[in-house]
Amino acid sequence: MSQKLLRETSSQTAGPYVHIGCTPNFAEMSGVYDEDLGAKMKTGPIKGEEITITGQVFDGTGMAIRDAMIEIWQADADGGFALTESNFTGWGRCPTDMETGQFQFDTVKPGQVPYMDGRLQAPHITVWIVARGINLGLHTRLYFDDEAKANAADPILTKIEHRNRVPTLIAKKQSSGSYLFDIHLQGEHETIFFDM
Amino acid sequence: MTHKSPNQNGFLVRNHDGHPAALTPAYKSSVTRSPTKPLLSFPGSMGEQTGPVFGHDMLGPLDKDLILNFAQPGEMALGPRIIVRGRVLDQTGRPVPNCLIEVWQANAGGRYRHKNEAYLAPLDPNFGGCGRMITDENGAYEFRTVTPGPYPWPNGMADWRPAHIHFSLMGQAFSQRLITQMYFEGDPMIWQCPIVGSIDDTEAIKSLVASLDMAEAVPMDARVYKFDIVLRGRRQTFFENRWEGL
Ligand SMILES: [Fe+2]
Repeated sequence: MSQKLLRETSSQTAGPYVHIGCTPNFAEMSGVYDEDLGAKMKTGPIKGEEITITGQVFDGTGMAIRDAMIEIWQADADGGFALTESNFTGWGRCPTDMETGQFQFDTVKPGQVPYMDGRLQAPHITVWIVARGINLGLHTRLYFDDEAKANAADPILTKIEHRNRVPTLIAKKQSSGSYLFDIHLQGEHETIFFDM
Repeated sequence: MTHKSPNQNGFLVRNHDGHPAALTPAYKSSVTRSPTKPLLSFPGSMGEQTGPVFGHDMLGPLDKDLILNFAQPGEMALGPRIIVRGRVLDQTGRPVPNCLIEVWQANAGGRYRHKNEAYLAPLDPNFGGCGRMITDENGAYEFRTVTPGPYPWPNGMADWRPAHIHFSLMGQAFSQRLITQMYFEGDPMIWQCPIVGSIDDTEAIKSLVASLDMAEAVPMDARVYKFDIVLRGRRQTFFENRWEGL
């Protein structure tokens, strides 16, 4: 059977005012939607280790950008996607703070999810970044530095040619118990972005 | 528990020809915000091939009516009234149902309601500029608004954005996630805009231009613009990923 594929609609930058459409309450436009989608990932008691992830997105001059929006999507503590744990959405959306450029997600440490060949992947979170000046949303992954054994067997991490870039995908546990995950769009520590 | 591998056929490889490059210097903001290294290509897994699902019950009755959803009781947003409607399809031509669409735009004078906005054109007290909807089983969506105005922006000294509406589409998987902008048929500013011009393909640009459909206009009320959107296609089966003629 012959089938002609349609072409995917072109991306255009989210621009500086992405908040109006995606997080209007954050942009101090209240009264249209009750709450911003993705602001809460936990809607009640949940299983697993509750964690906080914070970070900033740095541009090529080293400045934290203050008009980005980050979304994350992840498995629950059992490795299921919004299926086995009804108080957990698995999806978060957070604009970077308009003063500090900080983002923060209050979530749960994900369980392991199989890769296409059945091997288990290390616990990880899928991350997507948009902002003014980003022409096509950027996909990356967040892994955890206290999962060294699982990371060493991960089907994707182990396949990355430039080993010196692997740390850009690994969140660092802080003394506070939270994880730090900075994203660098350019420069010496440019984050690995994926075409997946 | 078992670790059964789910049906992970994955998505068709993204064709970057119709997308802007990361670095497009005429759009100055891209210069320090564009990754310099190639994207790494890997088959994704569940995290890329699934995504959050939103129920229609989440929507308020005015979410898709930008003329009313920020207006004072008994009042309406100012500007030429339009309905934007279309379908969300994937690359194989199948409709994408239950797709969350979020839109945002400037008011009829080209002014955004945002604390960082400095353009001197006035706010419309009855216009917020955000709307959202979820596609039906045929991938169809529609919303009502006013035509946004063009506006000057800090890039070149005389750069004006063509009138446009921003669209965010959730798709059914993170791999399909897309943000884009819709333009209006006949607007000469489209072809002068560095952001539009970040797309190096005239046909691809034309697919971002909504067409005016006077046959569907609501008499004495609103004109209709048609805008269809295509998201990445899911592979049918593991072996059915080779398409004749491509
Ligand atoms: Fe805009």
